Amino acid sequence: MSDSEDVLATAAAWRAAGETVALATVVETWGSSPRPAGSRLAVSASGRLAGSVSGGCIEGAVADAAKQTMASGAPQLLDFGISDERAWEVGLACGGKLKVFVEKLS
Amino acid sequence: MTPDILAALEAAKAAKRPVALLTRLTDGAQFLWPGAEVPEALAEAAAEALREDAAANLTLEGAAWFIHPHNPPLRLIVVGAVHIAQALVPMAQTVGFAVTVVDPRRAWATADRFPGITLIHEWSDDAVAALAPDSRTAVVTLTHDPKLDDPGLDVALKSDCFYIGALGSRRTHAKRVARLQEMGHGEAAIARIHAPVGLNIEAVTAPEIALSILAEIVAARRGAALSRRPVLAA
Repeated sequence: MSDSEDVLATAAAWRAAGETVALATVVETWGSSPRPAGSRLAVSASGRLAGSVSGGCIEGAVADAAKQTMASGAPQLLDFGISDERAWEVGLACGGKLKVFVEKLS
Repeated sequence: MTPDILAALEAAKAAKRPVALLTRLTDGAQFLWPGAEVPEALAEAAAEALREDAAANLTLEGAAWFIHPHNPPLRLIVVGAVHIAQALVPMAQTVGFAVTVVDPRRAWATADRFPGITLIHEWSDDAVAALAPDSRTAVVTLTHDPKLDDPGLDVALKSDCFYIGALGSRRTHAKRVARLQEMGHGEAAIARIHAPVGLNIEAVTAPEIALSILAEIVAARRGAALSRRPVLAA
């Protein structure tokens, strides 16, 4: 995937400037997910966001998980979909299912 | 992600070197391929992901892996530093293309008109041959002048670039086809040329024409099924 949005470079720049940063990556999709596997969202401790992992449906939930990962250092594999009640909470209106891997930039 | 992995990914990008990031989703362990010693199945999946330019998943010894290819950007070679090129170049960069503009006319191909863009002031055959178009390259000729466009088209037709477009009306293109046939190009090769260039969106202005060209390039890249709209009877 040629990452024209260059979320990784943005995340690296934040990290180099001394921010705590987590990176979320779409690792698997089913159905009508708007962003393909490999799409990234960078989240900083100060609340900055770059890139996307969906059409905006789950970014809030992913950012919350990213904050946990920033605090604990432990990666997470998040599952969003019809079968997941959380998907309704966060409003996965697109009807797709996806898995998002969240890791800290150490 | 460790600082070493991040730095290696950034270095590969700067060197335009393809590399796949392999992540074990159970614990977040990461490796880069080529480079790291990894099991054969992972290496094969990484090579395929780079070749297909598509991410993949693999389960190995009960652990799920994510294979994330990082390929160098697609390339766009624009022959003709003309007004439409000035509109096309920044749009193509936004879409993720690395752009090179070829025009021997120094008055047109200036840093002033194309800030920050690689400009080659050579005839299009030499320039396009030196750039060696491959399956991740699109070539578009915009000068509308046979002596500037044709040599570049000749070289592009001998390459396996994924898109070739040439500006000019149907009548202009018919004459161009005759010249390319004289140069030895067959019907199948000439059919690779998108001409008149761009999707039919009734574009009028230079940016609109640039948009129609870029949309056609993306469609070619993604294998979209497009039907050319029939010419309406008057």
